[in-house]
Amino acid sequence: MSIDPTQIEFGLDTFGDIPEDGKGELLPYGEAIRQVVDEAVLADQVGVDVIALGEHHRSDYAISSPETVLAGIATRTERIKLASGVTVLSSDDPVRVFERFATLDALSSGRAQVILGRGSFTESFPLFGYDLADYDLLFEEKIGLFAELLKQRPVTWEGTTRAPLVDAEVFPKTDSGTLETWVGVGGSPQSVVRTAHYGFPLMLAIIGGPAARFAPYTELYRRATEQFETTAHPIGMHSPGFVADTDEEAAEIVWPHYKLNRDRIGAERGWPPVTRASFENEITEGSLYLGSPETVATKIADAISVLDVGRFDMIYTTGPVPADARLRSVELYGTAVIPRVREILAERRTTVGVEA
Amino acid sequence: MSSIAILGAGKLGTVLARLAVAAGHEVFIAGSGDPAAISLTVEVLAPGAVATTAVDAASRADVVILALPLGKYRSIPVDALAGNLVIDAMNYWWEIDGIRDDLTDPRTSTSEIVQGFLPTSRVVKAFNHMGYHDVEDEARPAGTAGRKAIAIAGDDEADVAAVAALVDSLGFDPVLAGGLADGVRLEPRTEPFGANVAAGELRAMIERFPTSPRGQEVAASR
Repeated sequence: MSIDPTQIEFGLDTFGDIPEDGKGELLPYGEAIRQVVDEAVLADQVGVDVIALGEHHRSDYAISSPETVLAGIATRTERIKLASGVTVLSSDDPVRVFERFATLDALSSGRAQVILGRGSFTESFPLFGYDLADYDLLFEEKIGLFAELLKQRPVTWEGTTRAPLVDAEVFPKTDSGTLETWVGVGGSPQSVVRTAHYGFPLMLAIIGGPAARFAPYTELYRRATEQFETTAHPIGMHSPGFVADTDEEAAEIVWPHYKLNRDRIGAERGWPPVTRASFENEITEGSLYLGSPETVATKIADAISVLDVGRFDMIYTTGPVPADARLRSVELYGTAVIPRVREILAERRTTVGVEA
Repeated sequence: MSSIAILGAGKLGTVLARLAVAAGHEVFIAGSGDPAAISLTVEVLAPGAVATTAVDAASRADVVILALPLGKYRSIPVDALAGNLVIDAMNYWWEIDGIRDDLTDPRTSTSEIVQGFLPTSRVVKAFNHMGYHDVEDEARPAGTAGRKAIAIAGDDEADVAAVAALVDSLGFDPVLAGGLADGVRLEPRTEPFGANVAAGELRAMIERFPTSPRGQEVAASR
């Protein structure tokens, strides 16, 4: 592997799943959002590098406006980066997205990060009056405009998906003159190429199956940056997971909520119900980073090594997992998993160095 | 060996292209526009396949595989596919295709709709039910223990046999699911949809369809 283990970033991602309280009742939306703020504050304290909040517009997730929640987190934290994961740019206005994240960047003294995406859920399209027939065009045009806005100079732009701009200046400017922007990709090769075209860092959503499956996509990103003569940034990956004191405890806590969450989404998409065997298989062979700190750390280290990524984000919420168990998972991720992953990677690096 | 055109250079299209090249077929692959836009993708993800236009790919191939979003089927060049054996690997996916009552109508399988749009082609349904990652990971030589299966639905015996041979060459046991109307047994909201299983289990899933909720809905409508 080429990336220095001390430089690898570790994030936590959530869509604001509505958790249960201790008695099996779902929390109201407001409490679900405050729960995420508390988790982010804890993540900041225990050394997690990034908290990323994804945008959804459906009843099982509380977060539809990530940057608003991140603004709340900004004023209660010191060092953690504040990211969306993702911002559904296709159904938003790039100018407003820039303004909101530049504002977040001000509130957090430069810790804002945008992760743009097309979104695998598309509830936002009818909600905001966009036609799914324009799915590709909307993202293509808007990412182009967003790349122009990031230069923080007057922008002149014309397209078909929003009003033209003539020498438009957008405020606030950020203190650093930059706004860290990534693109989240679920497996579409053209999205990988597009990300490289704009020179943005790539965040791979690897939500099922072995991480190694995505090796051709990391190769495609690197080759495409060479072709476009843009920068090949360290690649990030995000995958679901959960940490508890033991492997058994983690599986028992998550399984019923995982099944509920997956079967609900599966019913909408036409998949049959998920089985316990496939859940177990995702843990052992696939993309579920679930178990004790040692189990999770080893699996993360393996994924980082096989894909040579510079960032790993764990989606730490899956369905209505109880609030206290979530908080414990965040704590263990920061205090035990992250240091252990760095240790494993450093050991492997040393071993490889000796052999070489 | 035969020559295969794949329309759609996305997730499934690039995986099928890679498997087809590995099996020794001549492969042409087309995206929705300029071949230059997909040339690097094809070079990295499916080396050996030729990036070209849909019309060119179809005119040079014996078999055409449709691996584009189903909602875009009307963009398929009908005339270029005239006389071709066409494999429909597409599924209705409302999050991309939008809410489309025509594509969930229990009276018609989506492959019948595609056949209706391509009156001069012979459409067979295959490669739709297994996730694209599984298609990539599970391909095995014929005779391998536990080899996974791909279901096929089509009306013409010779065409179905040709597709079965292709399925086998790409690394899967073919399972016959009936005529094109029976393609409904492989669509979203059925047991085989997403299934990554061997032939016996896949066959059992297809046979259980009439007693499944979707099967009862289909039976009531036809």
